[in-house]
Amino acid sequence: MQSKMKEPDPILQVENLFASTDNLPILKGVSLTVYPGEIHAIMGRNGCGKSTLSKIIAGHPSYNITNGEIKFSGENINSLEPEERAQSGIFLGFQYPIEIPGVSNLEFLRVSTNARRKFLNKEELDTFDFEELVKEKLELVKMDHAFLSRSVNQGFSGGEKKRNEILQMALLEPKIAILDETDSGLDIDALRIVASGIKKISNSQTGIILITHYQRLLDEIEPNYVHVMADGQIIKTGESDLALELEKKGYEWTDNFIKET
Amino acid sequence: MVNENLVKDVVKEPYKYGFVTDIETEKIEKGLNEDIIRLISQKKEEPKFLLDFRLKAFNKWQKMKEPNWAGLGYKKIDYQDIIYYSAPKQKEKISSLDEVDPKLLETFDKLGIPLTEQKKLTNVAVDAVFDSVSIATTFREELAEHGVIFCSISEAVKNHADLIEKYLGTVVPASDNYFAALNSAVFSDGSFVYIPKGVTCPMDLSSYFRINSGDSGQFERTLIIAEESSSVSYLEGCTAPMFDTNTLHAAVVELIALDDASIKYSTVQNWYAGDEEGIGGIFNFVTKRGKCLGKRSKISWSQVETGSAITWKYPSCFLLGEESVGEFYSVALTNNLQQADTGTKMIHIGPKTKSTIVSKGISAGNSKNSYRGLVKMGTKATGSRNYSQCDSMLIGDQASANTFPYIKSQQPNSEIEHEASTCRISEDQLFYLQSRGIEFEEAVSMMVSGFCRDVFNQLPLEFAAEADKLLALKLEGSVG
Repeated sequence: MQSKMKEPDPILQVENLFASTDNLPILKGVSLTVYPGEIHAIMGRNGCGKSTLSKIIAGHPSYNITNGEIKFSGENINSLEPEERAQSGIFLGFQYPIEIPGVSNLEFLRVSTNARRKFLNKEELDTFDFEELVKEKLELVKMDHAFLSRSVNQGFSGGEKKRNEILQMALLEPKIAILDETDSGLDIDALRIVASGIKKISNSQTGIILITHYQRLLDEIEPNYVHVMADGQIIKTGESDLALELEKKGYEWTDNFIKET
Repeated sequence: MVNENLVKDVVKEPYKYGFVTDIETEKIEKGLNEDIIRLISQKKEEPKFLLDFRLKAFNKWQKMKEPNWAGLGYKKIDYQDIIYYSAPKQKEKISSLDEVDPKLLETFDKLGIPLTEQKKLTNVAVDAVFDSVSIATTFREELAEHGVIFCSISEAVKNHADLIEKYLGTVVPASDNYFAALNSAVFSDGSFVYIPKGVTCPMDLSSYFRINSGDSGQFERTLIIAEESSSVSYLEGCTAPMFDTNTLHAAVVELIALDDASIKYSTVQNWYAGDEEGIGGIFNFVTKRGKCLGKRSKISWSQVETGSAITWKYPSCFLLGEESVGEFYSVALTNNLQQADTGTKMIHIGPKTKSTIVSKGISAGNSKNSYRGLVKMGTKATGSRNYSQCDSMLIGDQASANTFPYIKSQQPNSEIEHEASTCRISEDQLFYLQSRGIEFEEAVSMMVSGFCRDVFNQLPLEFAAEADKLLALKLEGSVG
């Protein structure tokens, strides 16, 4: 862990968050604080609310926040549109990246990059300048230039979709990246490429939340904190060795934990 | 940024062509009878054969019934309550553009179609039609050097009567359908194009149709003839002011392609569509048809239909010549209470003929959008092929989309392929784009233009950009 001389301001604060979809409560009081330079892992069974938490932070319209708040750089963002959150530096790497037929990947990446640049008061890039930038970022995830001329995620293999997510992260340079099961469906080589991409993009100013079931991603990217979720709550927080413990014990004990409390 | 704001202003403006030009017009009285037809013919100083053509058509029309098979809902049209001839008052003989009423030039300027020598578009020749008459045609001398005739059909009747007499009504006979018969009886103006043998038309030709008057119908007639081994690309644009009454637009377009000739006909139709409650708007009831008469001839229709309260048209190809080719590329977008029933007919008569149909229908609001098409293989169409693809996109949950493909084959050695799909812009797709910082409206328009890409690729360059903008503008506020 890095030593902190002076406590910097947190990037993300989730405070006692309750949320539901179709009147069904999913999150039942989640609190989480991420400081610059930190890597957090959130683990837990399917259906424990991990993905929901990530979607709510990104502003998915299907969920209602019923209590609590999300603060980004100290500001409450509960009512911001998803695009406003993205422009200001929140990035969600999708578990299942969405296919958008007919929209070219290159154009999509450019429009999206420019939306973020505009927010940062940086000059928007024309097609030529953007080509230069994207070429450099393609290297990071070892993607071929040909990906750019295809429709967004259409006909991409599972691994290609995930690498495309990391490419977007590289272009958008977010302040916080929430990566929802970015490791699922990847073979060992692809996992290494993705992990090394994430490491190169992140720095002492960014925060990262890795949502995962498995230890193997955490072997590549060591987290500062590991949180275990069950039934819409964080039931345990520890350091990176907690993940190893989970790997051994499985998740069954989390069910018992919930029953007991 | 200034640029961004400009774009937003444009997008916010629902229909920017809705203004009326205040100009003195010469109108005849309302109503339709033989005397009115004689009067129109007389005003246009037409030869006898044309008057006879009109009267015969009128005779047939009177015996016909207004069709209702498309199931379109609209108030019965009172044909006696329409003015069949309306023209801006001008000097008798205009020898140059300088003599055109400045108000008219200004109108077309406002529509983005400058006509004067200093400002005219450099790569396109334009025929500008205002209500019932053609105002001006640019680049005539330049085109004449190549032997290309591009003028209003009224002028063609005077100066090229032989061609008119030979071809008018040969593709769409007066008795073809109710609205074609009506048009044949009362048509006022439109464009005429003749491309001589072996000539590739040196620039795109374009007609711009403007309805200005609220109580007159527009009945234009276009005739394009491409002689052996010639080719031409023709563009058509249309707008009208916002009135709370419906205006009837019943046009007829005829195309003729001889051996090895090719005609590309592109339309961006943006007539006034009525308001959100469906009040007002143009009834766009049009018959468009091309005959591939010659061997290896080709006719390609591409259309972007975004306007009109009701669009009812099927640009078609009769493939007579051996190895002739017909194409139809269409984007039809409906919003609010608009109705569109559009598609094509590909009639394969000659052997080894080929046709391609790509139709993209987008329905938003409470609109109805139908593709209706016929592919027919005649007994002699051996070795002929058709490929059709009809896709619909629904936006919101109140709009409807239908596909009615009719397939008739009398020739076992021919192939017909039909694909169809329906999709809806999903919340997940929108969220994905938004979560990358892309604004909601922009996300929708990116997906819509992605959906239409196959068709936009077929449009002439400047049209494609315009079409893209137009769709974004039409969809403003239709989602969510």
